[in-house]
Amino acid sequence: MSASPLRTGAPTGWRGWLLEPAPASRGQARLGRWYRAWLGFRRNGPAMTGLIIVAALVLVAIFAPVFANHDLAFTQVLEDRLQDFSWLHPFGTDELGRDIYARVVFGSRVTLTIVGLVSVIVLPVGLAIGLPAGYFGGWIDSVLMRITDIFLAFPRLVLALAFAAALGPGIENAVIAISLTAWPPYARLARAETMTRRHAEFIEAAQLQGASSFRILLTQIMPLCLPSVIIRLTLDMAGIILTAAGLGFLGLGAQPPLPEWGAMVSTGRAVLLDQWWVATIPGTAIFIVSLGFNLLGDGLRDISEARSG
Amino acid sequence: MSAATNETAVTIPDGWARRYAGLVRHGFGLLGSVLLTFLGLTCVTFIIGRVIPIDPVTAIVGEKATRSTYERVFKELSLDRPVYEQYWIYLKKILHGDFGNSLLTAHPVLSDLLHFFPATVELSLLSLIFGVCLGIPLGVTAATHNGRWPDQIVRFGSLLGYSMPVFWLGLVGLLVFYAKLGWVEGPGRIDVAFDDIVPTVTGMITIDSLLAGEDEVFWNAIGHLILPASILGYLSLAYVARMTRSFMLTQLRQEYVLATLAKGLSPFRVVWIHALGNVWVQLVTVIALTFGSLLEGAVLTETVFAWPGLGLYMKNSLFSADLNAVVGGTMLIGVVYIVLNMLSDVIYTLVDPRARARK
Repeated sequence: MSASPLRTGAPTGWRGWLLEPAPASRGQARLGRWYRAWLGFRRNGPAMTGLIIVAALVLVAIFAPVFANHDLAFTQVLEDRLQDFSWLHPFGTDELGRDIYARVVFGSRVTLTIVGLVSVIVLPVGLAIGLPAGYFGGWIDSVLMRITDIFLAFPRLVLALAFAAALGPGIENAVIAISLTAWPPYARLARAETMTRRHAEFIEAAQLQGASSFRILLTQIMPLCLPSVIIRLTLDMAGIILTAAGLGFLGLGAQPPLPEWGAMVSTGRAVLLDQWWVATIPGTAIFIVSLGFNLLGDGLRDISEARSG
Repeated sequence: MSAATNETAVTIPDGWARRYAGLVRHGFGLLGSVLLTFLGLTCVTFIIGRVIPIDPVTAIVGEKATRSTYERVFKELSLDRPVYEQYWIYLKKILHGDFGNSLLTAHPVLSDLLHFFPATVELSLLSLIFGVCLGIPLGVTAATHNGRWPDQIVRFGSLLGYSMPVFWLGLVGLLVFYAKLGWVEGPGRIDVAFDDIVPTVTGMITIDSLLAGEDEVFWNAIGHLILPASILGYLSLAYVARMTRSFMLTQLRQEYVLATLAKGLSPFRVVWIHALGNVWVQLVTVIALTFGSLLEGAVLTETVFAWPGLGLYMKNSLFSADLNAVVGGTMLIGVVYIVLNMLSDVIYTLVDPRARARK
């Protein structure tokens, strides 16, 4: 456990414990690996910016009532409509006299809900298709990958649009529509990752011990696929947010009076030339959040590539 | 069959026969996968149009329709048959170009699509030209200056490009360049005063006006086109520049680059002729994909700019619950997507001998 006396300035205390070259337990080794990854990540300025933006989004969404007044966001005060910036309304008010700042703050909840739900649907579906395809190969692989290719051959927003049109507008249907178009890349990725590991010795060992295919996929292969799939998901988040905002802008996402950023931009169009802030402020929020996810995803990918390459 | 192959093997040199056979086999494989994808597309649109809506009849005739009208439409949609038979009928209709009638315009959906599509093609083509003509040089420059400031600028610029909601960028563009600065024309394809002056040939106003020799109409159309095309073009530029950069970085690490430099070729020639020449093949795929995503971006951009193209048509149909039109538009964009993918695959095989050998 003692830090090497030869290396002057070697970290001590909990940092020394984390960076220990010969960890005493599996948990210590794992935590140490994460800590080293974090040290690399911390040096990556853009990625840290992304992380800060995403963390801020999550905090704002959770503690929305702390940051803004719920009543200002939802109560219509028609005599205060389309007000300019002021102390009471930092970003002015919209066409129904609601505070735009408060609506943007509460809108973060809608965005985060959509992103969260889409990930919760897309990850299992992608893994459920990709893992068996890569593991079993043969006709199972052919059939599953053909289906994936068909979905991959579609333009995403247009397909989501058509689904949303058939299902009817609404936040749940927007989530379903986006998920239906977002899963194929994950299936592809999971398949590729599985194929590189299918013939590894530890898999054969598990097979010899009599583990079922299902068990091997779930306990041996899936944990190894997860990191790259999650990085891909982070990179995709920005696209998901933009698609969701696009659907909202077209009127197919969250319905009023829910403060959805894309829909807010859409309502601001009517008064764009006189009250420019009504449309542009929520759009800026979409832009910043999607930029944050892109920066974070790029950074995570850099780290994983540096490790594997 | 075997006799025929024997004969060809005798008459043409062995290498040719093998190459030819490989190409043919690859061609059939490609055709098969295209047909399969097309079938999948019809399947999905069938589900969207007929299976998901709880009552497709009411969607067409409305809630106040009489019993007999309802039943007639019910029969017309062949909803009394089993689902697989319905799908078969649907497929036959589509292959005959019959997408049903649009509720909004009362025209057959196909003629509507053909009417609105050229406007979208005009917009996306110009955007693509922007994106490719600027994106490739920028990507190459970023790769040759890897890590230094030109690279940082290009990377940051393209990061902004694919983080931006296109509809918001469109609104900001309208606000700044149309309302405040007055540099460009406003929404729409052309000023009302110039409507219906030039005869429709291609459906693209810029080309039609040039054909008719109407300079004034041409410049007005360009004034309307330039802003939406630059905004969509910026998005494709972001993608093209990023991909070009990463392809070029791989090429520049190869040993042949060092060898050509050592032979005394100028660095300019090595980068722009030799390295970029090897990247073209991959870029074809990227450009095809970009065009597909431009069609997508067009739906939002057209809404912002009141551009009477396919996107606006689909958007308007959405709100009159006109599923025939939505499904027709989805089919059209899907088919364009499939054809683009196929074309890029064909070009890939024709241009790159390694791809032929692998198949």
